[in-house]
Amino acid sequence: MARQLIRLAGVGKNYRKGRELVRVLEGITLGIEEGDFVGLMGPSGSGKTTLLNLLGGLDKPTRGDVEVDGKTISKLSSGALAKWRASNIGFIFQFYNLLPVLTAARNVGLPLLLTSLSASQRRKHVNTALQLVGLADRAKHYPRELSGGQEQRVAIARAIVSDPPILLCDEPTGDLDRATADEIMSLLQRLNRDYGKTIVMVTHDPRAASFAHRVLHLDKGELSKKPVDLH
Amino acid sequence: MFGWLTQTAALSALNLRSLPRRPGTAAVAMSGIAALTGVFAGVLSMASGFEKTMEGTGQEDVALVLRSGSTAELNSRFDGEQANVIRFAPGIARDAAGEPEVSAELFWIVNAVGKSSGTEANVALRGIQPNGYSLRNNYRLAEGREFTPGRFELIVGRGARNQFVGLEPGQTIRFGKTEWLVTGMFETGGSVFESELWCDVNVLQSAYQLGNGFQVVRARVDGPDGRLRLEEALGDDQRLSVDVWSEKQFYSDQAEDTAALITTIGLPVSVLMGIGAVFAALNAMYASIAARARELATLRAVGFGSFPTALATLLESVVLAFLGGVLGCAIAWFALNGFQASTLAASFSQVVFNFAVTPDLLARGIVAALIVGLVGGIFPAVRAATAQVTAALREL
Ligand SMILES: Nc1ncnc2c1ncn2[C@@H]1O[C@H](COP(=O)(O)OP(=O)(O)OP(=O)(O)O)[C@@H](O)[C@H]1O
Ligand SMILES: [Mg+2]
Repeated sequence: MARQLIRLAGVGKNYRKGRELVRVLEGITLGIEEGDFVGLMGPSGSGKTTLLNLLGGLDKPTRGDVEVDGKTISKLSSGALAKWRASNIGFIFQFYNLLPVLTAARNVGLPLLLTSLSASQRRKHVNTALQLVGLADRAKHYPRELSGGQEQRVAIARAIVSDPPILLCDEPTGDLDRATADEIMSLLQRLNRDYGKTIVMVTHDPRAASFAHRVLHLDKGELSKKPVDLH
Repeated sequence: MFGWLTQTAALSALNLRSLPRRPGTAAVAMSGIAALTGVFAGVLSMASGFEKTMEGTGQEDVALVLRSGSTAELNSRFDGEQANVIRFAPGIARDAAGEPEVSAELFWIVNAVGKSSGTEANVALRGIQPNGYSLRNNYRLAEGREFTPGRFELIVGRGARNQFVGLEPGQTIRFGKTEWLVTGMFETGGSVFESELWCDVNVLQSAYQLGNGFQVVRARVDGPDGRLRLEEALGDDQRLSVDVWSEKQFYSDQAEDTAALITTIGLPVSVLMGIGAVFAALNAMYASIAARARELATLRAVGFGSFPTALATLLESVVLAFLGGVLGCAIAWFALNGFQASTLAASFSQVVFNFAVTPDLLARGIVAALIVGLVGGIFPAVRAATAQVTAALREL
């Protein structure tokens, strides 16, 4: 049995909306093993993005602890968290979030600016990542010159370029047509299977979810007990 | 340590790269800062140009004798007898002919029409004696001939000729009841005298029925202690009540007053424009971070720190301000440097001077622009750094 990479124990998250307290997540206890591919589904507003942000150290829980690779990240300062994210997490967003003023290659290279790699080493890593997503020939293109599917592949290259163990995807196929979505899902599957990336993916699309090893359901801030098996 | 430096550099490069995507607000901020810098440098260069003209006037070894308590030639007065007492006082140098090197003069105000304004302004018509020429540093007749003593003729300084209508050599000009013939144009190395018209002092006396009156006696003093001896001798003389000035000191004192006046009027204007420019910069920077909220959040998610984000925002503001400052300086330089203007000086007559836009003043203008950029960038920088990453990512 593989090692537990991510552990959440009794995690809750509140937001304050004016004077009102919104309980978004409640009593989340969860373990994710290294090399797992987890789908996360649930109705809109159920707290999927919030949970993903807690796993990725973009936000801190109100209660409970988030532990990744033996480190309690919910106790880190925001400066330490930023550093931790740079080497441990690759984010993939629904709308790609590429920087329009940068070419594909430069977008992919952004996370490497946070490392001590030399310019030529960075170029090599960027090439490898772009090759892996099948876009080596688009390195010099700007995001506006790419299709949605290509943009998402550039975003995936950016997420993996510094070789983080964990990829967190928030509706990565939400803005793509079916065929393109399948391409993206195969790519994620390959990253999980061949490169050992641990993936947590939020999705509304059962078809995309079927690529995951298992699917968790979030409802009104709680993980539902019923196990879902799409295989 | 090294980490946040490279992060700041990378983020700044990104910020600047996206500047052209927001040409509107960036242009408003830049032109606001350019205007501020231009006006600021303009005011300073006006003051310094005026000071330069005044300080280039007067010689250490020329004494100016004025009625006691007079701070300007205009409100000083002697009769001919008193002028003669001064003429033969000790401490005064002799010319080649063995005569005292003295010029008893009148400083009369006449009206002339400004070329650019089209309105009347005060111009100094100075009556001099023959030694008046040699008592001025760098006196040189540039055009025409000198006035003939005893005639209603005058010569004009280069500055006066440039600023006022009807002062070309060969023309006649009417002051009061008298027609004067302009016979020539002179220079005195850019000093105040170039703003004046010169004629024979005796002719001026008769033109305005001034009897044998004078307002000032100029004298070259004899040796380093000459002025002191002259001062002592005149102080002891019961027939006189006069002050003896070094000509140089006299003009530099006058310069300070007027330059201070220019600065006191100009600086509040600059400060007001500076406040406006700060708000323009503030607005541009808020617009900048609002337009890129998602991008900034994405970068933070990737692992860029909040401190470099703040620093890069501040730097963007400063760069914007610097560009505006350079633009303002360029405008000041090309539009104002050497630009000739005249102002009412402490002598109550117009003094013509050139704006002196010096590198030093431009540097001060740039510093003012940078301060505006810093002040205008602080709050947006703090906002950029403290923005909630998750909230910004949620926005579409
Ligand atoms: N910063 C915040 N302040 C207040 N409430 C928030 C904040 N962020 C999220 N929420 C609330 O938390 C709840 C869960 O939001 P979240 O984005 O996690 O849902 P989601 O499951 O990802 O929904 P969707 O499928 O629409 O993306 C929502 O009701 C949302 O309004
Ligand atoms: Mg969501």
